[in-house]
Amino acid sequence: MRFLTRLLFLIGALRAGRPAASQSDGERDVDPREREIVSTPRAEWALVVLLIGAGLLAGAFAVLIAAWPNTQILGGTLGGAFLLLAAALILAGKRVVPQEVAVEERTIPAGGRARDEARELVTDGVEGVTRRKLIVAAAGVTGCGLLGAAALPITAWGPSAAQRIDSSPWRAGSVVVDERGEHITADDIELGSWLTGFPEGASVEDIGSPVVIVRVDPTTLDLPAGREGWAPEGLLAYSKICTHAGCAVSMYRYPLFKPRAPGPYAPGPALVCPCHFSTFDVQRGAPVVFGPAGRPLPQLPLRIGAGRRLEAAGPMSGSVGPAWWGVKRPLT
Amino acid sequence: MSSEDPVRFVDERLLEASTLKKVLRYVFPDHWSFMLGELALYSFVFLVLSGTYLAFFYTPDSALTTWQGPYEPLNGQRMTAAYASVLDIVFKTPGGNLVRQAHHWAANLFLFSIVVHACRAFFTGAFRKPREPIWMIGVLLVGLAMPEGYLGYSMIDDLLSGMGVAIGYAVGLSLPLIGGPLTVLFFGGPLPGADVLFSRFFILHVFVIPVLIAVLIGLHLALIVRAHHTQFPGPGRKEGNTVGSPLWPAYALRSMGLFAATCAILLLGGGLIQINPVWEWGPYHPYLSFNGAQPDWYVGWLIGALRIMPGFDVQVPGGDHTLVPNPFWGGALFPMLVLGGLLAYPWLEQRLRRDGAMHHLLDRPRDSPRRTALGAAALANLVTVELGGLTDRVFLALSIDYVAQIWILRVAFFVVPVIAYLITVRICRELKRREIHPLRGAPGTVVQRTPEGGFRVIDAAPFEENGSSEARVPEAKRRTLR
Repeated sequence: MRFLTRLLFLIGALRAGRPAASQSDGERDVDPREREIVSTPRAEWALVVLLIGAGLLAGAFAVLIAAWPNTQILGGTLGGAFLLLAAALILAGKRVVPQEVAVEERTIPAGGRARDEARELVTDGVEGVTRRKLIVAAAGVTGCGLLGAAALPITAWGPSAAQRIDSSPWRAGSVVVDERGEHITADDIELGSWLTGFPEGASVEDIGSPVVIVRVDPTTLDLPAGREGWAPEGLLAYSKICTHAGCAVSMYRYPLFKPRAPGPYAPGPALVCPCHFSTFDVQRGAPVVFGPAGRPLPQLPLRIGAGRRLEAAGPMSGSVGPAWWGVKRPLT
Repeated sequence: MSSEDPVRFVDERLLEASTLKKVLRYVFPDHWSFMLGELALYSFVFLVLSGTYLAFFYTPDSALTTWQGPYEPLNGQRMTAAYASVLDIVFKTPGGNLVRQAHHWAANLFLFSIVVHACRAFFTGAFRKPREPIWMIGVLLVGLAMPEGYLGYSMIDDLLSGMGVAIGYAVGLSLPLIGGPLTVLFFGGPLPGADVLFSRFFILHVFVIPVLIAVLIGLHLALIVRAHHTQFPGPGRKEGNTVGSPLWPAYALRSMGLFAATCAILLLGGGLIQINPVWEWGPYHPYLSFNGAQPDWYVGWLIGALRIMPGFDVQVPGGDHTLVPNPFWGGALFPMLVLGGLLAYPWLEQRLRRDGAMHHLLDRPRDSPRRTALGAAALANLVTVELGGLTDRVFLALSIDYVAQIWILRVAFFVVPVIAYLITVRICRELKRREIHPLRGAPGTVVQRTPEGGFRVIDAAPFEENGSSEARVPEAKRRTLR
């Protein structure tokens, strides 16, 4: 309010310098001012009824919130109270108080003498100062220093900058378990089905942990060179965190029949992310066949251990999770 | 308390009577579209009030806990303390779900009214000198309101909100050079972040951003008071005056009525229309997601932009070092370009038109066909991108192939704005030429019957091509317009 007042003061002070109105053709010189007394007993009684109704409904809300806090009833009563209040206020504004069309002169642009005087005041402020540019530059140094001092404590927010964004708990020999910590065996996954696996003993909340395990016909495998033996019996494991935006890749598209015509995207089994529909071809090492992801899902080499339980045969083939400046150095 | 006259009380202690007089006589030009800004303001007030109530119960903590409560599917489940406290608000706090839902509706109304208000300001040329700073503050408000809403539903930590946080994390990581370290610092570690993450969301959502929004709204209004409102041309209305209702009493009452109506709509919505059922999907874990996750509409265009972007990361040749990850284009660069373009537009138009004059009288959209067409093109582009966010819903509802939709939208992204531009220019020029009103219908032709029994068109005189106001429409025509 004080701010408003000051501005109005300012406007008042500037009024003197206001130039004459700029344009005027016949129609615009009409004087639109009018004032009309509109109140009638009927309108005033309606206003009274609406106000009392709003009060009663608001009171009902107060009782109900203690006695019977049902979302619908509470919303209905309090919303109804405001609805009646809105009707009352609009009725009062349109049918009870005097209706007036007024004209107010604009004060912009101010200009004129006041502006020249203000400009003089500004330039007077540096009168006699000769090394202006040098001083401004020195103040710039202060600014940069303070900015750095203010910004750098944010390094206390997180882990040391040396920590890998993409650290994954998978190591050669990690045993694959489900989210309850029970071992997953090679026989748990049928052709066309999929499971989520985690390394035994690691946190399931770590984005380096979850992998999708699928089974495909081993004869259809076409993995990149160097991944021989990563998919025993056609069992494949890929990081479940999408390389595009970090959502869980939780849809598995497994065609039950051959497409009649070649489509725009690979017809084979594919993992699909439900956020932005990046689609990864599981038979070829999960390259992106459609959607916005920029790199394949990292693959986890599998082996079948004692009791046919699944184990990792090595670390992930690449950085887990969404990309950043510098990602995709192969893990060693 | 003495029975002192209130005006005297104010005059002596608060506001000088001469100032009070000016405040009470401040004139608001009447037009329904001038209510949109007020609607945004009142939504914000409602957001602050309802948000304060929610903050009494919300716990910004991502430490794991077990929730006990009357909702059986989630009873006994492991989840973060944050999500558990939201479930407590819904299932155990009297009026809690009402306030939570009304708060969510208010966020939608806030963004919606800001956007429509900005469109009004754009298409009527209200951003022109001397109101460029007011426009720019408005654009900054859009830029703040979107992350504010996003943070609000990200703090809930149900599966839907967690998927949104994951995408936000990825967009943060994708910022060139600094994105990775900075985002990991803010999250306190890689996704899903440290226990303090929700404290950081919380302080931003309930303090930093709302205070910035409040300060900018204050500035926005102060500058409007300084320049006075704009007005449409009409009888007695000039560049040098404002014609309309004085603040006291009719306008104040009507505006308070709008505030009450805003509260009424939001409370009725919060009570009767379900929004964001936070109990439906259960707690977020990074290894879970579901199909059909939709953000609020004001973030939906970013999801759309992420989806229709072709898949590539900018990499050092050889592919062992990423420079710019894909989410940067749709999630960061595109919104920055949109907001930057909006910030710059008033200055660009001034330069292109060599127009340094003050403008207090508004254009009708048709009065400036190229500006209107440009705005229509931009809106068409944004709607196209927003549709990208709905592709999975469209697939479920209409069975239109997902891949086909994305390819259609990729082409539409460039083509639809051009078509919208051309059509709009054509419509504006035609409307201007004929001076008909698209909503009120064509005025028809005034025909006079002559004493001899013949008919004569008396109203076929060509109208001024550059007639920019209703005031210039011939009297006979204006009668039929009303």
